[in-house]
Amino acid sequence: MTTPILRRTAADLAAAIRTGELTAVEVTETFLAQIDAVDDQVHAFLAVDGERALETARRVDAKREAGEPLGPLAGVPIAVKDLLSYVGLPTTAGSRILENYRPVYNATVVQRLIDNDLVILGKTNLDEFAMGSSTETSAFGPSHNPWDLDRIPGGSGGGSSAALAAFEAPLAIGTDTGGSIRQPASVTGTVGIKPTYGGTSRFGVIAMASSLDQPGPCARTVEDAALLHEVICGHDPLDSTSIDQPVPPVLEAARSGDVRGMRIGVVTELGGEGYAPGVEQRFQEAVALLQDAGAEIVEVSCPHFVYALPAYYLIMPAEVSSNLARYDGMRYGLRVGDDGANSVEQVMTLTRGQGFGEEAKRRIILGTYALSSGYYDAYYGSAQKVRTLIARDFDAAFAQCDVLVSPSTPTTAFRLGERVDDPLAMYKADLCTIPSNLAGNASASFPCGLAPEDGLPVGFQVIAPPMADDRLYRVGAALERALVQRWGGPLLDGAPLLAHSLLAPTDEEK
Amino acid sequence: MSLTPDDVARLAALARIELSPAELAKLAPQLDVILESVASVAAVAAGDIPPTSHALPLVNVFRDDVVTGSLTQQQVLANAPDADTGRFRVPRILDEEA
Repeated sequence: MTTPILRRTAADLAAAIRTGELTAVEVTETFLAQIDAVDDQVHAFLAVDGERALETARRVDAKREAGEPLGPLAGVPIAVKDLLSYVGLPTTAGSRILENYRPVYNATVVQRLIDNDLVILGKTNLDEFAMGSSTETSAFGPSHNPWDLDRIPGGSGGGSSAALAAFEAPLAIGTDTGGSIRQPASVTGTVGIKPTYGGTSRFGVIAMASSLDQPGPCARTVEDAALLHEVICGHDPLDSTSIDQPVPPVLEAARSGDVRGMRIGVVTELGGEGYAPGVEQRFQEAVALLQDAGAEIVEVSCPHFVYALPAYYLIMPAEVSSNLARYDGMRYGLRVGDDGANSVEQVMTLTRGQGFGEEAKRRIILGTYALSSGYYDAYYGSAQKVRTLIARDFDAAFAQCDVLVSPSTPTTAFRLGERVDDPLAMYKADLCTIPSNLAGNASASFPCGLAPEDGLPVGFQVIAPPMADDRLYRVGAALERALVQRWGGPLLDGAPLLAHSLLAPTDEEK
Repeated sequence: MSLTPDDVARLAALARIELSPAELAKLAPQLDVILESVASVAAVAAGDIPPTSHALPLVNVFRDDVVTGSLTQQQVLANAPDADTGRFRVPRILDEEA
């Protein structure tokens, strides 16, 4: 049995629920059934919360029947990365050290989903503490890319991207520290937005590198991402780095898609050697489409971007070593070796040795080294200066153009296992996405086609100045419009059908 | 410069992480490769460039001084590995000789 509900956009589902064409319960049951049918192959979810999801859906349907107004995404199911606190389910961060941790308060982003009547289906898989580009560092096993189950769904938010691409949810929440929303979106043919740093609240999001972490929307269409952006973004007094300004008009921009007269800068340094030919080809084609749509294309150089990856791999581990010091086995989480003889320090050391996985240990020790006396100036101190140089590159570039563009990641999805024992190769997946985190501006990945050599999705990155998030959506919408017309339908229509999937065939296949 | 397993053991002790000899042997060369690849930052970071520690130059963010709810004792202790009469129970904090 198949159903046409799964392919519908979040915007369309919300409208159908408002008009009574569909009930929220019917929609929720359909996505839960799809999770049941395909998640043993994809492993997008760490926890599915079917009963509570249906309860929420029933409440939305009752509201509608009572004639109460419904919000723009009321009744629409959503998957949440297991890095955000949500009362009633474990929040593991993909780590053994938090395996049985159950938060006692909600993340602000989660609270806004609840307040806006979205239906939370469950929590999605991620690399341990969001450290990775493949979900392979998750203590609970990797997720699989629905385009090719032997390949990575990206990371760290690979559970969220895989859930979208497998039609297990129409919307998802991700977090992005060095590309963890955009790179998974890129390799799964979905849309991922990293809002301006401070645009979404980090309250209740388990911290990796606090000066870089930013939650954001994941979706299958640009308009759906914008609808979710408006629900989750905006000032939060519980996060001292939250920006107290109105949310940029992202929905209006997503619906307009008018790029006439926009100046779009192609970043010279983000391309060339090390980039897959199919990635470069689809990227260039997308640039040409934007030009056809009336944008002016300019070439921009950001000479210090080559130092972004090195600077990031000093700044991020430094913050990691500090943030993860809280997992000491005293107040919550795993405790190992408390035998009455061991001292508190011995228990901490044993707990952290057993509770953290390989990548978390690698980064904590790297950060400890970078911050240690004698090396501080050469490593962490220099990296902070490079951060200034990168911000200056952006300032100079945005003086010449409205947005910057590049491929989202140098290659398409690599094979599971291919880079696990080569940390440096793994880190390079974030080569294009890291500069935005260091500068704190807004950034997104949109699908721009399949690489001819392997038939896998390619992502198109758009970067806008801080608090100009609407420009991401304007460009994304223009691109989506032109590409869907060229393809004759959304890119995901071309994804292979998973075994037992409830997805109805596309119009073409019918 | 290159990190030996002994160096890594010292760093792991500072970070309070128990590592097996096999882990030390595996981590040392990996950390070496990473450190070598990030060393280039020192070459471009001239003395007159101010450091950036945060993308948002915010200082002194205040909120109104109003009383709000807080977590209950029960909530705070809900995830404790071990609790006793409303408190966290922890292993001994002093040496035997002390």
